[in-house]
Amino acid sequence: MTLLDAVIFLPLAGFLIVLALPKDSFEAIRRFSLAASVVTFILSLGLIGPYWFKNPGKFVFETDLPWIDSPPIRYHVAIDGISLWLVILSTLLTPICVLVSWNYIQKHVKQFFAFLLLLEFGLVGVFCALDFFLFYVFWEVSLVPMYFLIGIWGHERRIYSAVKFFLYTMTGSVLMLVGIIYLYNQSGTFDYTKILAGLQSGSISLSYQAQLLLFLAFFGAFAIKVPLFPLHTWLPDAHVEAPTAGSVMLASVMLKMGTYGLLRYCVPMFPTAAHNCAGWIVTLAIIGIVYGALVAMVQPNMKKLVAYSSVSHLGFVVLGIFTFTQQGFDGAVYQMLNHGISTGALFILVGFLYERRHSLEIADYGGVATPAPNLSAVFMITMLASIGLPLLNNFIGEYLVLQGATLVYFRWTVFAAIGVILSACYMLWLYQRVFFGRASEDLGHHMPDLNFREYAIIVPLIVLMVWMGTFTQSFIPPISASNAAILEPMREVHVRNTPPVQRRAGKELADAR
Amino acid sequence: MNLWLIPILPLLGFLINGLFGRRFSKPVVNVFAIGSVALSFAWAVKSLVGLSPLETKYVEHYFTWIQSGALNISIDFAVDRLTAVMLMVVTGVGLLIHIYSIGYMEHEGGYYRFFAYLNLFMFFMLVLVLAQNFLLLFVGWEGVGLCSYLLIGFYFLEQFATDAGNKAFIVNRIGDFGFALAVFLIVRQFGSLDFTRVFDAAKGMPNETGAGILTTISLLLLMGATGKSAQIPLYVWLPDAMAGPTPVSALIHAATMVTAGVYMTARSAALFTHAPIAMDTVAVIGLATAFFAATIGLAQTDIKKVFAYSTVSQLGYMFLGVGVGAFSAGIFHLMTHAFFKALLFLGAGAVIHGLHGEQDLRQMGGLFKHMRITAVTLLCASIAIAGFPFTSGFFSKDAILVAAYERAPWMYWVGVLTAGMTAFYVFRAWFLAFTGEYRGHAHPHESPLVMTGPLMLLAALSLGGGFINIPHWLEPMFAEKAENQTLAWLSAGVGVAGILIAYLFYVARPGLADSFSNAVGGLYKLVYNKYFVDEVYNATVVQPVVKGSRAILWRGFDAGFIDGIVNGIGARSRGIGGILRLLQSGNIRSYAAWIVLGSVIVLLAIGFAGGAQ
Repeated sequence: MTLLDAVIFLPLAGFLIVLALPKDSFEAIRRFSLAASVVTFILSLGLIGPYWFKNPGKFVFETDLPWIDSPPIRYHVAIDGISLWLVILSTLLTPICVLVSWNYIQKHVKQFFAFLLLLEFGLVGVFCALDFFLFYVFWEVSLVPMYFLIGIWGHERRIYSAVKFFLYTMTGSVLMLVGIIYLYNQSGTFDYTKILAGLQSGSISLSYQAQLLLFLAFFGAFAIKVPLFPLHTWLPDAHVEAPTAGSVMLASVMLKMGTYGLLRYCVPMFPTAAHNCAGWIVTLAIIGIVYGALVAMVQPNMKKLVAYSSVSHLGFVVLGIFTFTQQGFDGAVYQMLNHGISTGALFILVGFLYERRHSLEIADYGGVATPAPNLSAVFMITMLASIGLPLLNNFIGEYLVLQGATLVYFRWTVFAAIGVILSACYMLWLYQRVFFGRASEDLGHHMPDLNFREYAIIVPLIVLMVWMGTFTQSFIPPISASNAAILEPMREVHVRNTPPVQRRAGKELADAR
Repeated sequence: MNLWLIPILPLLGFLINGLFGRRFSKPVVNVFAIGSVALSFAWAVKSLVGLSPLETKYVEHYFTWIQSGALNISIDFAVDRLTAVMLMVVTGVGLLIHIYSIGYMEHEGGYYRFFAYLNLFMFFMLVLVLAQNFLLLFVGWEGVGLCSYLLIGFYFLEQFATDAGNKAFIVNRIGDFGFALAVFLIVRQFGSLDFTRVFDAAKGMPNETGAGILTTISLLLLMGATGKSAQIPLYVWLPDAMAGPTPVSALIHAATMVTAGVYMTARSAALFTHAPIAMDTVAVIGLATAFFAATIGLAQTDIKKVFAYSTVSQLGYMFLGVGVGAFSAGIFHLMTHAFFKALLFLGAGAVIHGLHGEQDLRQMGGLFKHMRITAVTLLCASIAIAGFPFTSGFFSKDAILVAAYERAPWMYWVGVLTAGMTAFYVFRAWFLAFTGEYRGHAHPHESPLVMTGPLMLLAALSLGGGFINIPHWLEPMFAEKAENQTLAWLSAGVGVAGILIAYLFYVARPGLADSFSNAVGGLYKLVYNKYFVDEVYNATVVQPVVKGSRAILWRGFDAGFIDGIVNGIGARSRGIGGILRLLQSGNIRSYAAWIVLGSVIVLLAIGFAGGAQ
């Protein structure tokens, strides 16, 4: 049993214990959930160890045990430099979400915190699983608690949103399941490392037709999760209706399941299909960047605005992945983390405002800066991070993604960079309408400044925004090493398998790097 | 030399005042805010003395900022002669304006906040001039834009102030879009962003006759510069930026930040000089902006707006200089302009301060006897900007105009005409404010020494600053240009003529100005309303984007089209929805049942697939 196993199963144990607690002892439930998630987070920091010392691009903390004999399903988990930070992102945001929900959740308290811990279990598992069946189980395990978080603790239209969320994601999951089963039929195993090795060595041979269909099946599941334009319409609804903690986990971690899947499975396993589809995928990503920003600009609801901004930000991640360059990959992974921190913080801050004024409509605010200057200040920093101001985190990710895109094809970058202009528009206009101006008397009375619990929530995130924007060497080297490990064999396979016309483009790409 | 101390000191001032300033008394805020800038200035002086004569560039490496594949971007600071000039201007003028602000902001709310932002600005501006690669320069570039936004919107209770702040930020972002694209292309072309590596490689490339890669990069950099330095077509934010406190207008929107575009262009001279098309574009944009903004300045009635358009116009001169290859003349004018334009704004601030907030020239008049120091120092700045012989503006402006004449005589003549207009509108403002009878209703008074002291120092620099021979100092970097005494005296003469016409219109024959503007009514209205450029931008860009996004993209495409399809499918699956709805009871048993059911289905599916094999 490795440290990683402990990090995976502690939340599950926490979930079971919370279920066993008496349902009226709210305080005990909250405190226990906080303790469990904080311990998990601290343990997960130990996962950095190997990367700190040796910085390998390969998998560490590997556990590979049989789970079901026939068909041969294994409990196979490990992390590399990409999953490392996504796991830590999940374990960091769970205690923060416990704190966020401390007073916010007043009904079914026990179930809420139980679901939150179960969600953590699923999310951590998704980022570690190296067995396709196990991956699928974790994928679904994370889906279910989120469905309930929205459906039970959400706002007025929660049922519509929860069902929409569930159906969208299930559609993708079914596609992926078909793909997994097909791969199993071809290879006789669910083990990702074996399948990948087989595909790369040619011992599992797929016709191009089959490769393309498999790519599309996986891509469909992940693209819905990202969400990639035009599959994004579940996201604004889910966010608007979800309680704050639900929005945070959804935006910060769950969306990354999609981009993680693209990077971990789609691209390395089916490089030829990925290259051939890159044109239209990148086009969709860039449409998403600009479209998400434009639609965010005209939203009257704060959460919807942030949700559409996520569509825009995640477009950068997809763009980065489908440049197939080191910079694009590194930027994409970094952007996943950055978006997790800064958009998570934005949802938390919107939640703070909601707890004070019980409205998400921008028009119900104005002049918040006068009664609550510190809240305004942290919102300002978070907003600046979100719009990619240098020395804050998002800038690094966006820069690397766009730099990677420039190396491959400059015109993509021109359109994608328009999103950077538009992000300033929607965020500044939001800030102006909510925080500047004169506060109405009613608002002034119901807008206390941050309290201790809220500082404890938001200050660590602010620190991370600055840290990740300045001392990127604390984070990027493991990511770079793992991305290089993904890129290297992919390039060979790609050159071997592609028809001549495609090969030229591929060579250009390799040279550009 | 520990160059990092120069920007870090103001950053510390920002952090201390930003975090704890609300609990400090004003003197304590002053200690950190002004002390940090004073130390920064002192350290800059010490470093430059230690490094002199600075024949070659001095570089300090700190740590790797971004490393990805072959791309490595470091935090490196460097000083050469160009940076030395900028360091002195930024820390020196910056320090004076900080001191002045003690008096100006005395009675304003948010005292600590003001100084915290001002210190943060100093940090970013110093990073900008010390940076040794394009991305670090971009850090300063965006950072000063942020501070500009924060300080323009300093009076955040007022809609017009926050509108102006947003406008500044967003228009600058449009410019930065170009800058960023240039950065991406530089990496693609040169594999690095380090100034030394990029410029050494660029020097080895042939001059481009057509639109090659260097031309593309240079034009994109220019796009960034037009945003930051308020040139056509992105100058529109600067006049509105006057909504901020007047010291901010002096420091950020006159002396330092807005000149960053000129600095960056001069810094990238190795790229621009190999791209003649880009150079010509720089010169033409600069000249057009200088002329166009000067015409608007003729008719403004708000004293700060007059000086704002004057700044746009003077920045145009600097770009003209840079664009015709007289980089050192452009930087020379940057420095002298920092002296006299900072003084014009600070003097205007003293007038506004003495009149309790009045900015309208029509409500002034006869102030000379109430505020003599302000009046005299402002007069020094006015003759300097008018290019009166042997004042600082005389030397620097003529260096530009002479160089322009060598490139193309018509550029010189347009420049001279603009110089005449400049002299006219500055003295128009001076005469309207200080001569004649007082037309307002406040009780004018002179400002305290903490404000007039910096005014007097800047007045001395405005008069004598031209004897600091910047073109000679920069000769190791940029070749010096030939002199032409005749042309220089001619343009100075036109400047004097402008002063005399202003005297005629506003002192000797006060009715003349009104009858003149009535005579050319339509033209006057056009100029008075700034050619309606804001209105045109709003109607052709802003409104279509916002309304189109709302009606077509969001309501039409997103909510209408996509969700129409999704809900259509959803309606058919209502049976499934009904089953799911049973699960939202929060009942753990039903949830567990769901997991089990799902797992069973999956296992059955796999078993079936396995069997089929």
